[in-house]
Amino acid sequence: MTYGNRNPLDSLDPTAMKEPKMPPTAPPVDQQAAARFAPARLDVVDLTASYRGLPAVADVSLTIEPHRVTALIGPSGCGKSTLLRCLNGMHLMAPHATVTGQVLLGGTDIYDPRVNPIEIRRRVGMVFQRPTPFPTMSIRDNVLAGVHLGRRRGRGTHDDLVEQALMRAGLWKEVRNRLKAPGGGLSGGQQQRLCIARALAVEPEILLMDEPCSALDPISTLVIEDLIKEIRETCTVVIVTHNMQQAARVSDTTVFLNVEYAGVPGRLIEAGPTEQIFNAPQQRATEDYTSGRFG
Amino acid sequence: MTGIPADRAAAPLRRGRGRGDRLFHSGVTAAGTVVVLVLLATVVFIVIKAWPAVSHYGPGSFLSSDRWAPSDAVANQADPNPYGILQFLYGTLVTSAIAMVIAVPVSIAVALTITDVAPQRLRRPLSALVDLLAAIPSVVYGIWGIFALIPALRPFGDWAATAFDGIPVLGTVFSGPFSGVSYFSAGVVLAIMVLPIVTAVCREVFATAPCAEKESAYALGATRTEMLRMAVLPRSRSGIVGASVLGLGRALGETIAVTMLIGDNVLSITRSVLGQGATMPSVIANEFTEANQPFHLSSLFVVAGCLLALALVVNALGRLIVRRTGENIA
Repeated sequence: MTYGNRNPLDSLDPTAMKEPKMPPTAPPVDQQAAARFAPARLDVVDLTASYRGLPAVADVSLTIEPHRVTALIGPSGCGKSTLLRCLNGMHLMAPHATVTGQVLLGGTDIYDPRVNPIEIRRRVGMVFQRPTPFPTMSIRDNVLAGVHLGRRRGRGTHDDLVEQALMRAGLWKEVRNRLKAPGGGLSGGQQQRLCIARALAVEPEILLMDEPCSALDPISTLVIEDLIKEIRETCTVVIVTHNMQQAARVSDTTVFLNVEYAGVPGRLIEAGPTEQIFNAPQQRATEDYTSGRFG
Repeated sequence: MTGIPADRAAAPLRRGRGRGDRLFHSGVTAAGTVVVLVLLATVVFIVIKAWPAVSHYGPGSFLSSDRWAPSDAVANQADPNPYGILQFLYGTLVTSAIAMVIAVPVSIAVALTITDVAPQRLRRPLSALVDLLAAIPSVVYGIWGIFALIPALRPFGDWAATAFDGIPVLGTVFSGPFSGVSYFSAGVVLAIMVLPIVTAVCREVFATAPCAEKESAYALGATRTEMLRMAVLPRSRSGIVGASVLGLGRALGETIAVTMLIGDNVLSITRSVLGQGATMPSVIANEFTEANQPFHLSSLFVVAGCLLALALVVNALGRLIVRRTGENIA
């Protein structure tokens, strides 16, 4: 896959968003303080995300409250991953991808051309389905990969930062004696926690997780689920999962998306406290899905 | 219940292979054998042809002198060997080094442009264009080099000829005057000639960088440059080495364009890259038709043998490096 949309010639589609190199008036952000004390609220307003003009998910409006774990559930093809990727602008990295509507991070639309997308991706971190440690880097360098970005000087040792991030990801005890070993030598579950540590080291306000356990064994899955509940203390979590038990176990809020048949965009059916979505859904489709009647 | 029909189950298994299969098998085996035989025959032939000069002058005498004087062969048939070949070895190594210094960084940049930087719709045409560079015949590069490249290089050559005076190493490397046809001009043309192969291999290597890792880099807030340095280049190190070695193999053996551009100074080692010299392929190409002095032709076969050995060593070394660096990644 390539990232064509970042090139001006590629964005002939008028709705395509370009990435400005130097935003003329980027909103001032005190990233560190914001991350430490109060993750911003995330409001999605009338969001439609398309590939090659075909909407994958349409007309989504949604609020993601700080310090909560929000789970996005729904059948395959309902656009939950696309929606997740819209929350930090990653969606536009795909070729021929476009977005309409708004994603307001603390009131600022992340798709405003004046907003620096790199800043957004630092504030809204992401963990992917498969663990992706950088294979040539040591465990330590993997954790610091994001921290070192954009800094030409002052590459300190960051020992405390490495320890802290690995502690938060629940990996410190297992790797503290081999921080210089390559990250690719860890087990799958450890690698995924390393990726979580790497994302947390940048101190994001919001952490997006795209089916983070689907490539892992049940024990590793449990470890990561426990982790998610702890991460909530410091940052907001949005998790895509096709495992309803997982959504019920880890999330405070659940958002159910559905797609009627292949070819039409997925839509938000119902969002609410997890308890309500699973025990007293307002919509018939939600009940059918959570009770396992389809999907 | 449906089972295997009785007649089919009872049919005897065919023994051996059909005639077509046997024919195909022996054909393929023959083709494979021919490759090995040709390689062996080449080596044997070179050794046989080089043998008279080697046994007459002694094997070490070729590599201990940079005096190539076929006309002395009659006057002084005894030692010293008038067929010293160090200057050709030097010429080959210097022109190839110049080519690699220029071509490798440019190729990496071009390959990254094609895989990750250029607008989507320009990537294929750009890639095809680079491949087309490889289709230009060597002799065309030679004549283009003489009439277009050398005049273009002259301002730099004239400047470099005096700019480094007095500086220890650079002063010698760039001592003037710039003679137009020179190691430098030949090296630059070689760089253009090896660019397509190095670019093509780098392009393939960069294209294998997993999308997930690229996205991870972006998700951490990387710019495109940082993403390339984080997720694409580190894992491509062995591939870049492999690409460079392939390019080097080409540069070492390239003949016609270099022969046209290097000035054919066979007399001794010219240290300055701005001066004229000769390479192992160029001296063979220039002299084999008129090699009528004693041991002249045989000495050219000594040069050919050394070139073959150099090419084999470089290839082996390259493979070794690729395998070693490859282990760190996998």
